Amino acid sequence: MTKMFTSTMFKDETFRDDYTFANSPESIKRFPFPFWEDQYNYSVNIEPHVPGPKGSVYEFPIDIDEHYVSDMRDRAIVLKEDPLRVQALPHMMTAQWDTLELLMTSMAEAYPEHFTLNRNGDDWHWINRPLGIEDRFRFGDAATLPYEPMEYITRQCQGDFAILDHRDNNLWMDAGIATSQADWSLDFDIGMNFMEWHAPVPMAHDMGIFDRALKFLLAMQYGSPVRRLNWTMTINPRLDTSPENYHKWGKDRASVTPENVGDKVHLRVELQGLWRLPRSNAILFSIRAYLLKMRELVTMPDHARRFHRILSTLPPELAEYKGLTRYVDVTRDWLAQYDDGEPTPKGFLFK
Amino acid sequence: MIIQTIKSRPTYPGLQINPHAKANLIAVDADGREGIAELSEKIDDAVIERTTILLSTAGLQEEDPAAALGKMKAANVWTFPTNETLLARLDIALSKARMGTQLYAVGNEPLLAEVVQLGMKHGIPHPAIGTEHRGSLRRRVQCVHCKGITENVTTNPVTCSHCGLNLLVRDHYSRRIGAFQGVCIDAEAPGEAPEQKVEFA
Amino acid sequence: MSAAPSRQVEVAALERVANRVKRFEFVPCDGQPLPVFSAGAHVVVTMREGDRVFRNPYSLMGSPFSTDRYQISVLRAPESRGGSAFMHEKVKEGTKLEISQPVNLFPIVGTGRKHLLIAGGIGITPFLAMMEQLKATGSPFELHYGMRSAEEGAYFERLNSLPGVHIYREDRSERIPLAEILGNQPLGTHLYVCGPQGMIDWTLKTAAQEGWPEDNVHYEHFAAPPPGEPFLVKLAKSGREVKVGAHQSLLEALEQAGVDAPYLCRGGACGQCLTRVVSAEGALIHNDHVLTDEEMREGKLIATCVSRGTGCLTLDL
Repeated sequence: MTKMFTSTMFKDETFRDDYTFANSPESIKRFPFPFWEDQYNYSVNIEPHVPGPKGSVYEFPIDIDEHYVSDMRDRAIVLKEDPLRVQALPHMMTAQWDTLELLMTSMAEAYPEHFTLNRNGDDWHWINRPLGIEDRFRFGDAATLPYEPMEYITRQCQGDFAILDHRDNNLWMDAGIATSQADWSLDFDIGMNFMEWHAPVPMAHDMGIFDRALKFLLAMQYGSPVRRLNWTMTINPRLDTSPENYHKWGKDRASVTPENVGDKVHLRVELQGLWRLPRSNAILFSIRAYLLKMRELVTMPDHARRFHRILSTLPPELAEYKGLTRYVDVTRDWLAQYDDGEPTPKGFLFK
Repeated sequence: MIIQTIKSRPTYPGLQINPHAKANLIAVDADGREGIAELSEKIDDAVIERTTILLSTAGLQEEDPAAALGKMKAANVWTFPTNETLLARLDIALSKARMGTQLYAVGNEPLLAEVVQLGMKHGIPHPAIGTEHRGSLRRRVQCVHCKGITENVTTNPVTCSHCGLNLLVRDHYSRRIGAFQGVCIDAEAPGEAPEQKVEFA
Repeated sequence: MSAAPSRQVEVAALERVANRVKRFEFVPCDGQPLPVFSAGAHVVVTMREGDRVFRNPYSLMGSPFSTDRYQISVLRAPESRGGSAFMHEKVKEGTKLEISQPVNLFPIVGTGRKHLLIAGGIGITPFLAMMEQLKATGSPFELHYGMRSAEEGAYFERLNSLPGVHIYREDRSERIPLAEILGNQPLGTHLYVCGPQGMIDWTLKTAAQEGWPEDNVHYEHFAAPPPGEPFLVKLAKSGREVKVGAHQSLLEALEQAGVDAPYLCRGGACGQCLTRVVSAEGALIHNDHVLTDEEMREGKLIATCVSRGTGCLTLDL
């Protein structure tokens, strides 16, 4: 239906099978390293999602990078095998349109060389050059698009998304797409509220993290989006680490040796954005994964030092919850050679 | 005794009859009958007269399983051989119900799960559905891999009745699906799994 | 202040729509489209007169889909603390005002199957926008609108013969037969009430008596902060002192003094303005709906938008 071609800007790589994914030097430099001190602690760590430094992952509201075309190809494979990875409850259609509008306008404004959006009232014309997509449709009329609005635009935008309905003083995950998730099931979590979908996270509930976060998010206003970073680790640059396929990728966790840490072990950071949507009053939650191989990480000495120390002090319950138990020790030991004991700079290493 | 180990694991506050409800619908299973008996001693006859009781007799061998309930002066006592047939009738009753109708369920968790699902399907916000757990702790489990639901789960782990994977039964629960999550327990080290022991008697 | 940046607007039109009610149309000064909004939303209008600042929330009553102008209706309150008097007496065509981004604390419930709208007096305003939104999504609804008389009731002419709209005029002894209406609704109906506090209380009580769960009942009330004795506020961080006048809220006094104090609803309902109390010489007078009884007794927090103190109060600002 749509012809995909790879321009020279975008890499042609895989996130499964032969796993050819790798980061260019620029991509390594701009990786959102999430640790601002040598020990990891939970915090609400929300900040305004305002334009960041040029070239950084924060420069634009939505970040499209060199992995874009391959990422979207992987998404299409996941959705073909498992349509339940994208769902929307019936009352969320207005929020879906809000989402389409936000993502399309963000992408067209930030990357005019790749995306064009022309609007004449409700008659919209969208061109996505990297993916070879061109569509004319009526905004508000789902019959004029090949997919429902959220699926349509998220098939063209990096990151998983959840649309949260705001009602009864709570947020409800009533729509979303998850093809690059770190081990949670969209199908299972659809319909849950904020506390419920966060239920499996250890320690944070007792610390009041989620109570404060929910209160903050309920008060979020249109025009003032926020962002935060979350992290975990993955073996092989696999985007689809879903519970649905866990019985297929789970054994990779037991395949790490001192010789292959550099290539197999990845730091996985999620840049999460939150926007208040205008027509539906819902909140859009983006979960944008970035992968960095250990051998790529250690090309940056401050990062290498700090991450060694993070892993050395990580509480076992956190390691367990993040699925790191089988390989955290061998990874930490491998990183030790890059930790000369010198102090690391205060604050975020990435500016 | 149900303990909320994690925030998505439901707890059931117990039946608190709303005296202002214009009509009450109460779904009960074998273990739940005891709950109804206790309740009937606490509420007005006027309220009982506005109440319809739906009883699932699944698993019972008694001659007259609704005997005790029949003594209450409820508007109706309907008996069904299975949860499924009870729910089919409840679906019809809810489609005709007006606002001011109160829905309740008493018994094992699977019954509570399916009554809440049905109530939500008819637009009742789930906090407005009264629930009380009685008896067995057996669970409905959804296999995250094949999406099949395995009923009457008492062991942990459990074999998925659809795809055959050996599943860890988590406490993470979906109200929409009405089941706990089951995840392959030996994905990281295939073949290495603990014995299937009874955990939800 | 509330976090989101505000917009400069100009009054493009205004008209009297009832004895004590005026309608205002705002267009953006920069010519850029105004945001679409969700029905039930309000904007906080900032009015300046000399060195006095007034801020009042007003429901957006126009279609949520119109981006070229916003419309509000203002009831001239008999004991206006300045805001509604300013709007009625000082605002003309061409007057420039500041408005916040739309904020919605009274949205339509997406999972509702049918929507019952109960309006009292100026409480009609959010429902005008809601009806547009409900019509656009094809959702069934009914509006029941109680007014003192046709002369006092804003938009009587416009609404009188619309399908699904029922008007009740007090001067003709017409009352909303609420119990009867509530007794005949399908499961999944949600009820929304906006109007004077007494009407809200009566609606909530009737709904409970008709067996309606709380989850199906929603209300919005624009409470004016109650007046009281003047008192003094010390700001612990800056060392400044601010006097709070009798007819001025704590929040308004802070804003008057140029302090950037947080707020959202300005009506004691949302908790955004809760500020830490460092010490209090006298009593704290809590008028909000957010703090628990225990928290009010503890006296560690105060909702600056509606609550007051006596004597001298030191805040963590």
